[in-house]
Amino acid sequence: MAKYIVKRMAIGMVTLLIVSTVTFFLMFLVPGGPFLAEKAPSAATLKALEEKYGLDKPVPVQYKNYMLRLLKGDLGTSLKQRGREVNDIIFTRLPVSARVGGWAILVAVVLGVTLGSVAALNRGKAIDNVIVFLSTCGIAVPGFVVCTVLMYFLGAKLNILPTFGLTSYKHYIMPVIALSFYPMSYISRLMRSCMLDVLGQDYMRTAKAKGVSQWAALFKHALRNAILPVVTYLGPLLAYTLTGSFIVEKIFTIPGLGDSFISSITGRDYPLIMGTTIFLAFLVITMNVVVDIVYKLVDPRIKLG
Amino acid sequence: MSQKQPFAIKVGPDKEIPLNFHLNPEDFEPASDSEKEELVTMRESVSFWSDGIRRFRKNKLAMASLVVVIFMMFFSFVLPRFYPYHYAQQIRGSEGLAPFEYSETELAAKEAGEKVFPHVLGTDTLGRDIMARIMMGSSVSILVGLVASAIILIIGSTFGAIAGYFGGWVDIIMMRIVDIIYTVPDFLIIILLSVTLKHPLMALAEKPGFGWINRVGVGLISIFIVFSLLYWVGMARIVRGQVLALKEQEYIAAARALGASHSRIIRKHLLTNCIGTLIVTTTLQIPSSIFTESFLSFLGLGVSAPMPSLGSLAATALDGIYTYPYRLFAPAVTISIIILAFNLLGDGLRDAFDPKLKS
Amino acid sequence: MSEYLVDIQNLRLSFFTPAGEVKALNDVSIQMKQGDVLGIVGESGSGKSVTAYSLMGLVPEPGRILSGSIIFNGHRIHEMSEKELRQIRGNEISIIFQDPMTSLNPVFTIGNQIEEVILLHTDKNRKEARERAEELLSLVGINEPKKRLRQYPHELSGGMRQRVMIAIALACEPKLLIADEPTTALDVTIQAQILELMNELKEKIGMSIIMITHDLGVVASMCEKIAVMYAGKIVEYGTAEEIFYNPQHEYTKGLLLSIPKLTATEHEKLIPIEGTPVDMLMPPQGCPFAPRCQNTMKICLKEMPPYTDINEDHYSACWLLQKQAYMTMKDGVAR
Repeated sequence: MAKYIVKRMAIGMVTLLIVSTVTFFLMFLVPGGPFLAEKAPSAATLKALEEKYGLDKPVPVQYKNYMLRLLKGDLGTSLKQRGREVNDIIFTRLPVSARVGGWAILVAVVLGVTLGSVAALNRGKAIDNVIVFLSTCGIAVPGFVVCTVLMYFLGAKLNILPTFGLTSYKHYIMPVIALSFYPMSYISRLMRSCMLDVLGQDYMRTAKAKGVSQWAALFKHALRNAILPVVTYLGPLLAYTLTGSFIVEKIFTIPGLGDSFISSITGRDYPLIMGTTIFLAFLVITMNVVVDIVYKLVDPRIKLG
Repeated sequence: MSQKQPFAIKVGPDKEIPLNFHLNPEDFEPASDSEKEELVTMRESVSFWSDGIRRFRKNKLAMASLVVVIFMMFFSFVLPRFYPYHYAQQIRGSEGLAPFEYSETELAAKEAGEKVFPHVLGTDTLGRDIMARIMMGSSVSILVGLVASAIILIIGSTFGAIAGYFGGWVDIIMMRIVDIIYTVPDFLIIILLSVTLKHPLMALAEKPGFGWINRVGVGLISIFIVFSLLYWVGMARIVRGQVLALKEQEYIAAARALGASHSRIIRKHLLTNCIGTLIVTTTLQIPSSIFTESFLSFLGLGVSAPMPSLGSLAATALDGIYTYPYRLFAPAVTISIIILAFNLLGDGLRDAFDPKLKS
Repeated sequence: MSEYLVDIQNLRLSFFTPAGEVKALNDVSIQMKQGDVLGIVGESGSGKSVTAYSLMGLVPEPGRILSGSIIFNGHRIHEMSEKELRQIRGNEISIIFQDPMTSLNPVFTIGNQIEEVILLHTDKNRKEARERAEELLSLVGINEPKKRLRQYPHELSGGMRQRVMIAIALACEPKLLIADEPTTALDVTIQAQILELMNELKEKIGMSIIMITHDLGVVASMCEKIAVMYAGKIVEYGTAEEIFYNPQHEYTKGLLLSIPKLTATEHEKLIPIEGTPVDMLMPPQGCPFAPRCQNTMKICLKEMPPYTDINEDHYSACWLLQKQAYMTMKDGVAR
């Protein structure tokens, strides 16, 4: 087990190293460095800026400095928001995104698991068909469609929910629905097929032959097995929630990390783009590693070592 | 057929037949082989393909989705040729028309007896016909899906087949690469690439021979680059798993014994035998690529103006959501239908052709 | 209460699949007294497992009992509710399945899975259940039971797992144990061990056993009575001795010829039964074995043969056993 954890963490580290290196070199592709997007700064200003950000040094030195700064957790300074540290921006924005995302993940997992199990247990019946239909649509409809449809009908037409900001619990409803819609559908499909698979397993027949009641068989024997693949989806789920938040926060004007990331892209605030990318990559990679390890821990079938 | 009967026929205690029906002595004469054979109703044996196609045809949902996919192809690639408005054509005086509304000049033309094709979905603020733009947008989306899936299919299946076939340390190293790429957060890299590749690609497009870059669009090219760098790993894993199982089969050993080369065995024997899986995985990759493209275009990172994509059309229409909701919903519904149809088609193909799920 | 522990009468059972009705059991009757050991022999799909499962009220979907009765130990199984059946399952009747690799739940410990059935059917508390589980593991010949109880199924070999399945089955001292091909999935040496264990336990506990198998060797070593099934019908029934030394049905004879014997001379060949089993979706009108039979007569293709008693404990359904057949065959028409 320890060997596996070490191996998994090593892969995570390598991935992080690659992502940060790629990020660093990609920034060189922006002609004249990250400042050209500004309306032609004078040569003097440019030189001053370059010196300030260490862009006049040779590339290997720059790379070394950059990696050293990363190790210290320093993601640099924003270009557009004068003098603000990227770290500072991330940590004021992150809690907002985390609250919406956390709720969305919770809703997606709870509803997805429930709906998928209900569908599997009623295979072929009307309720199964309804759930399958909805979840099939759910994975086909892009996030921005869900957002805009919600916003138009619940927000504008019926006028029952606020369409921007994040100041009361009501403000959470639409973003959370929009953000959880896809993963909920995905989980319910995953859960349904795993549940059907498990229900057909020999050990379910054994449980029945022991005289275990249907509910006990379901909750004890089936759910424990069927839910394992859902655990593996938690890593991708986090990644999805993060990217989904770009859209949701843009549409519902929520002052979260996604919103700041999108504006940094449109505003060509390269240090902020770079910093946010590396931070999010770190989050996703760490989460993936953690989920993988947790999965090995909860599934006794996997041989240890 | 006839064998020596080793057991004597021993009749039990003389008992009358306890049934009422009449029995003729002739009934107890031996039956001929042909009489016996008539009795055996063998079901027709069917090949993998015809069996799969039969099952696919029986699946109503899959057939319906196939019809929708074909219709969407027609709508995106054929219809624009006959549609009187071009997607980039700005009609002066016809800005911001509602569906089926005519501008003054068009009305005048109609008065004069000319035939004027209606703007089915109206025009945008620049006087471009929205219907034409949606057709173009969906053709861009579908093309992205097809091209990206083709890239993924080629890279993923080759990589996976090689890793699975050679095994050993080749497999270990190759799969470690897959593991690493698998952990990379793809959306972030796509965004990063779209942002940073823009200028170099535009510069490259200026050079002779690279003019096509502008036609395809910088955003699209960066999407393709990312697909070919990152998205093939899922396919590679699936193919490797299949190849690992297949290469233990006798006919592979036979082929090797007959002196077939590695590449021939991989191409001829291994890949053709996982063709069902390849088709299914590729089909399911199409909607997911379309999904990604629409996401990026919605954020303004996909195709570049004036070329529309369904995502960018929706993004532009977002500002006017309360006044012109149909401008937003038309592309939104179109993209949802396309993705849904491809998803259902892929599901149907999987049910029909993936032998693992064969019941 | 009837004198029989198991009394199945004229059971008809069909599976209603999308492709049509599959007549899985066609007029099956079985009686067993307390302590009897019955072997049910047949090819896959002959209905041997379905017969045994129906005894526990475990008819798999989409199966339905059309007519007949199943009485076990005075319980009218075919009329009982799911809740009532649960009281019996694992308690009065228990079952061992074919594949021990998949019959245990992979995410629970062995101990947990044995204790579950004890806690369900007795009023023992957790601690007592654990002690009983330990006792059971020793009974089925697993050493270090304390350690094993804490292990997961994947940590045990196939033979060990089948022993665990047997322990689960014996936990509540059932009156009847159904063994559904208990050795098919195991290595030959392990097969012998498991059979030996079952024989031993039969002596020790004195329960009745139904042994379902396609392996005549297995029934020979264990069973007093044998029912041979073909296409949802019992084609021959008798004591083990009668079945082995005086088989009457052509199918039984075929089965006996197709197993290797140690005493065989080098010239003796194994004779397989030609042809394939009938398609149960489209069963022939007459005797289901007629298409594969060596001595098919015209009547065999038209009418289902009735049961003929050979002696008190032996009967078979074959037209060849009728007087008319005997006469015709004797006249030299037969091959």
